[in-house]
Amino acid sequence: MTKANDYNSVMARKAEIMLKSVGIDYSKFESGSIAFDYEKMMRETGYTLEEMQEIQYSVGVGNTPVLELRNLTELARKCAPVGKGARIFMKDEASNPSGSFKARRAANSVYHAKRLGFKGVVTATSGNYGAAVASQAAIAGLKCIVVQECYDSKGVGQPEIVEKARKCEALGAEVVQLSVGPELFYKFLLLLEETGYFNASLYTPFGIAGVETLGYEISMQFREKYGKDPDVVVCTNAGGGNMTGTARGLIKAGATSKLIAASVNLAGLHMASDGQFNKKSFTTGHTGFGMPFASWPDRSDVPRSAARPLRYMERYVTVAQGEVFYITEALARLEGLEKGPAGNTALAAAFYLAQEMDQDQTIIVSETEYTGAGKHIQPQLSFARDNGIEIFFGDPAEEVPGKNIILPSHPSLIKPRDVDIVHMRRSLIKTAVNTYKVEPTEEDIAFLAEETNSSVEFVKETLKSL
Amino acid sequence: MIKKGEWVRIHKTILEPSERAPQVPEDTKQVPLEMWDKGFLEADAELGDEVTIETVTGRKETGTLIEVNPYYEHDFGKFVPELLVIDKQVREIVFGGEK
Ligand SMILES: Cc1ncc(COP(=O)(O)O)c(C=O)c1O
Repeated sequence: MTKANDYNSVMARKAEIMLKSVGIDYSKFESGSIAFDYEKMMRETGYTLEEMQEIQYSVGVGNTPVLELRNLTELARKCAPVGKGARIFMKDEASNPSGSFKARRAANSVYHAKRLGFKGVVTATSGNYGAAVASQAAIAGLKCIVVQECYDSKGVGQPEIVEKARKCEALGAEVVQLSVGPELFYKFLLLLEETGYFNASLYTPFGIAGVETLGYEISMQFREKYGKDPDVVVCTNAGGGNMTGTARGLIKAGATSKLIAASVNLAGLHMASDGQFNKKSFTTGHTGFGMPFASWPDRSDVPRSAARPLRYMERYVTVAQGEVFYITEALARLEGLEKGPAGNTALAAAFYLAQEMDQDQTIIVSETEYTGAGKHIQPQLSFARDNGIEIFFGDPAEEVPGKNIILPSHPSLIKPRDVDIVHMRRSLIKTAVNTYKVEPTEEDIAFLAEETNSSVEFVKETLKSL
Repeated sequence: MIKKGEWVRIHKTILEPSERAPQVPEDTKQVPLEMWDKGFLEADAELGDEVTIETVTGRKETGTLIEVNPYYEHDFGKFVPELLVIDKQVREIVFGGEK
């Protein structure tokens, strides 16, 4: 019997296709109400830290260097009040196979797929994760399909995504490219059904737990070299896996570093808009993913996302595109390091956050990404200009995404803006109640307090105000 | 003519504008959802023909033949002079002028 493959029929088979392709029965962790057992899910379907280290280190993933950015620290101190300016560090995740921390997530997912006997893996991503899965699949001898959103309706590709396609193909994957739109998910489901391959989702427990080794390494490397944990860890935030995994690894190490998320501000640009697709100079690490995923994680391609960043972040800041470009250029010129701009989002934030801290304190950016044709400040700025975006020096606080890119006329103008995290917490609670349409139980209230890194009182008070 | 077995790129429409998901913004609703893929051509054909390919994972896809031996053209873009201004500025602040 052949199945109907129109949009609605395929979407109606989503749950069935997902269960088969991820191999996790999420109902085991459900309470039947708002709450679900997150830690049980991570424990039973993930791997222990030691197992993950073994899996990752055996394929050349992890153990990346921590670099101290002395000249950038000096630049920050020149902009800071007297006595301020923490030492800035960065974990050079670009030195992983495939060039980003996503290798950690992919190593686990591909290992798991192979263990379960799948012949191949499929992943839906336009970002570094595609290359990471392709790289790991190449090592494991599995087939790999990457589905990416790449072109607008005029057939113009975002240079960064075109480069990702090249890299995925160079690593042996089939790259299925699509024009703009969330119906990418429809083609993704069709491919999973057709091939019977594993869904190497970004949001499974094994994927997210794969990043725990990153947080753990940060702590161990710091203790070994500086005798203490970093005071602050900054994570570039999109879907929330970087923040969640890094935080969980730090907690497993017993570290109490303050965790801050950072995203590029793309407010006002619709992520599914054909006309606005090529008006943005960042394809990840931006608010278009960061805000919705943090305030409601269960919008991913699995029923319960293992990435739940609001549980861990103490603060969330946004930076302007122009600020990230400036800091990326400064990194090359002052530290001799060329890194991809998206990964430098947290670095732009750290550059300012360091100025709020004392000189004997330390701040580290959790990861960097590789750079190359398309995926570099030069082509991104050039592409923006070709698309009618104005580029000039001024105050980046005045930048309007999709209209201009304002490079700071002086580095002291790099000043990330705080996201109203209390509002995000309230929003998560509200969405939970609206989604499940239940009177929250005591268990739900305790769960929501954990979800929002707040308190039972805060949740009760928010519920009352709804 | 393009020979069977050659490495090609195809294009196809996956969803017509009328079939697009309800949540997509107006501008996106006006255009189809398109797809591109690469593989080995299954039978001799001309550019613009409807063809079948076998991809590197061994799947069959059909679509319009648009390129033979497709290659990438993305690069480092045109020169962006502002970057030189940043270079000079950060070096002056950290190292104190021409060094
Ligand atoms: C280099 C880099 N940094 C940060 C992120 C953000 O990670 P996450 O989506 O887990 O929040 C991504 C993911 O797209 C990335 O590729």
